[in-house]
Amino acid sequence: MDALMLARIQFAFTIGFHFIFPPISIGLAWMLVAAEWLGWKKSDPDYVRVGKFFGKLFAVNFAVGVATGIVMEFQFGTNWAQYSKFVGDIFGAPLAAEGIFAFFLESTFLGLYLYGRGRVSKGLHWFSALMVAVGATLSAFWIIVANSWQQTPAGYVVRNGRAELTDFWAAVFNPSTMPRYLHTVTAALVCGAFVMSGVAAWHLLRDRKSIFAYKALRLGVTSGLVFSILEVMPFGHLHAQQVARTQPEKFAAIEGLYTSQHHAPLVLFAIPFSPPPQLKANIEVPGMLSWMAFGDMAAHVQGLDAVKQEDRPPLWITFVSFHNMVALGGWFIFLMSVAAWNIYTRKLTERPLILKALVWSIPLPVVACELGWTAAEVGRQPWIVYKLLRTSQAHSATVGAAEIWFSLLLFGAVYLLLGALWLFLMIKKAKADPGELQAVSAHA
Amino acid sequence: MDLNTVWFLLVGVLISGYAVLDGFDLGVGVLHLFAKSDEERDVHVAAIGPVWDGNEVWLLTGGGALFAAFPVVYATVFSGFYLALMLLLVALILRAVSMEFRHGLDSPRWRRVFDWSFGVGSLLPSILFGVAVGNVLRGVPLTAEHEWAGSFLGLLNPYSVLVGLVSLAMFVMHGALYLRMKSEGALHERMGKVAVGAWAAFLAVYGIATVATFLVSPFLFEKVAAKPVFWALIALLAAGLFTIPRATRAGRSGTAFLASSATIVASIFLAATSLYPRLVPSLGGLWNSLDIYNSASSPKTRTVMLVIALLGMPLVLVYTAVVYRIFKGKVRPGQAYGAEPTAAEQAGIRAVQTR
Ligand code: HDD
Ligand code: HEM
Ligand code: HEM
Repeated sequence: MDALMLARIQFAFTIGFHFIFPPISIGLAWMLVAAEWLGWKKSDPDYVRVGKFFGKLFAVNFAVGVATGIVMEFQFGTNWAQYSKFVGDIFGAPLAAEGIFAFFLESTFLGLYLYGRGRVSKGLHWFSALMVAVGATLSAFWIIVANSWQQTPAGYVVRNGRAELTDFWAAVFNPSTMPRYLHTVTAALVCGAFVMSGVAAWHLLRDRKSIFAYKALRLGVTSGLVFSILEVMPFGHLHAQQVARTQPEKFAAIEGLYTSQHHAPLVLFAIPFSPPPQLKANIEVPGMLSWMAFGDMAAHVQGLDAVKQEDRPPLWITFVSFHNMVALGGWFIFLMSVAAWNIYTRKLTERPLILKALVWSIPLPVVACELGWTAAEVGRQPWIVYKLLRTSQAHSATVGAAEIWFSLLLFGAVYLLLGALWLFLMIKKAKADPGELQAVSAHA
Repeated sequence: MDLNTVWFLLVGVLISGYAVLDGFDLGVGVLHLFAKSDEERDVHVAAIGPVWDGNEVWLLTGGGALFAAFPVVYATVFSGFYLALMLLLVALILRAVSMEFRHGLDSPRWRRVFDWSFGVGSLLPSILFGVAVGNVLRGVPLTAEHEWAGSFLGLLNPYSVLVGLVSLAMFVMHGALYLRMKSEGALHERMGKVAVGAWAAFLAVYGIATVATFLVSPFLFEKVAAKPVFWALIALLAAGLFTIPRATRAGRSGTAFLASSATIVASIFLAATSLYPRLVPSLGGLWNSLDIYNSASSPKTRTVMLVIALLGMPLVLVYTAVVYRIFKGKVRPGQAYGAEPTAAEQAGIRAVQTR
């Protein structure tokens, strides 16, 4: 395998691994803000316990998120030197802003949150949880600015062999920043809500009378329902419309539209084959894609045939990852609606099947996130910066295949170990007995 | 002063901030390898527990700022130092997770594994930091297109390894002084001795490294004696070095720690002053070096970034100071990870905080 392919594999592997943790961190951080607020303001010892309990899960997850993030920060320079030289004028700024505005905030206040309980006033302790959540959410903003710029570049001019900044705000709020940001952060909130509801459901299955678990479940399911719906409608829909407008070849690939047409159908299920590109075993809704993308059943939608062969993204992987993400989105809404209805009718503790479904669905939102990123990033190929720089011209010319093999195997081994330890500790802490936690904070 | 120079200074400030702040917790991590008991190890970890992650962000922000201000340096150096950086990253990963994982299971063997990986994860960066600086001071092989032309083993040349020992001694000294501030009893006493020992070692290797620099990179000394800043920094360095052992012996841990911080800042800016305006000298001929002009981003980007830094950094400094203040004072056993203080300790905490 050549150095380019290895560099791509290494990047996909390390970022894919990193992105297991941020959605859980961001989502759980906001769940903690809510629980700690209820515990503090209502002096409710159960919510204090919920905060402590999920705070431990959060700490483990956050640590692995930080550890794997450090790698990403430097990998643009190590593996993508030509890319870094080309985009440095624009790309470095959000990366630095992320450090200044977000990483300092989240990590400084995390220390206060983890070590400060009982040491600082309850108000300050809640505030530190809030700052961790705000910091994590801001960090998502800046990194998504950087990513969105390479998807839909704006506010630049190509000069001196590189993209130079001409308009900061146009670059920050490029056409895909806000759709992508809202979609990704809401996805993270879904992840957090599913972790909380799933873990609580597990405890309820063991002890139907656990007030701690019931309250955590209610909080988790309520937020899970709201965020699952928001994630699809409006944010998923808006994001898809934006892709149709700004990256039509990606849109054609993820939707499986291989011939340009009016009345384009929405494909619900199919198996893609190529060459020549075609779908088999289709289930589709006629005209629906035209309507979803442009609000008109008759609208013309560009298919992959309008794109030169060498500018087409891979078909199979984009189509499959996108459609599975969408299917999971449907499942989340369904499951959370059923669970919420049963909470409303006070029957949930008697429905082990639903509780079990909640437990087994814990990892699914993270899977949906990985699938979404895969669709977005592979769908951007063959460009590393859309229509400006090809991936094949972007890697470090001076880093050879042998060196990347070495680092890839090294990270492979370390991450395997890290992943196993993370899973082990998360499960161990998720199954811990909440009764052992002090219900009230010692600090008056 | 032009924008290029401003960014040269700011990157220097970020690197110094990293060396001063993460420097002490790396040092504490190295010392933790030599702790005498489990209780002592807990004190090591608890002393830096609430603050180490914020400290490491100085490195990340430094990386980001280098990318934004001097993208060519970011691309050339990081791809050039490829394998060394990968090792550094693995060390930083081990360190970051060990601090959290070591509390994960109540088993001595489990804890021992993560204590080791925490120590090694601190030792490696302490040395590599200096090795990187050494390579920059020595100059790196660059092609005419400013591509890297060196090898991994070339990075481990004797001169750069010597500078690696300088940074190791510096961080151990700094960490020992920090731990002395945060600890009581036998550990407190021992850290005084360790700090003075590390100080002597630092003085010795720093002296040898200075002579070696004369021989390896004479160009660094060419015009620098004419700059007043140079002499001011020498004075600061001398004052810091003079104060450290005295203040330590006199039991003034805080002063000693400040003096050690000043020493670190002075030595980094001394190196920077002699490099200026170069960022990465070229081994094949100085004319080919990367400097603050030929590797810079556009003026627009640097202006925007300056605004971002001026808006953000004061805020960072304020809340960082507040958090350090909240956790000031000696580490108590109750401060071990996750445990809440008892009512009696609470009274003590409040007494410290209102003092
Ligand atoms: C949508 C969110 C998101 C995305 C797309 C990324 N990250 Fe991330 N990252 C986070 C959200 C996040 C987070 C929520 O802020 C952290 C903190 C803890 C965690 O689990 O994730 C994190 C940690 C984290 C850290 C450690 C920060 C610290 O020490 O506190 C670094 C250096 C990075 N990331 C860098 C990157 C880079 C260079 C990325 C792109 C290639 C990237 N992250 C993708
Ligand atoms: C966090 C979620 C993300 C995931 C799961 C993800 C996934 C991927 C995948 C699978 C690839 C390989 C594509 C291929 O080579 O065919 C890739 C490439 C890449 N991504 Fe992302 N990505 C994420 C976020 C980001 C962000 C935030 C940035 C920039 C700020 C980014 C920049 C890049 C770059 C530079 C490459 C390498 C070049 C390329 O192959 O196009 N990615 N990513
Ligand atoms: C019907 C539901 C959904 C629709 C229509 C939808 C739409 C989209 C589209 C069009 C993209 C690609 C954006 C691009 O190419 O740049 C995308 C990406 C993504 N999706 Fe979804 N999505 C849905 C459900 C979900 C769910 C349930 C999750 C997770 C909980 C999720 C998480 C993501 C993530 C993390 C990305 C990658 C980042 C980005 O580009 O926004 N999506 N989604």
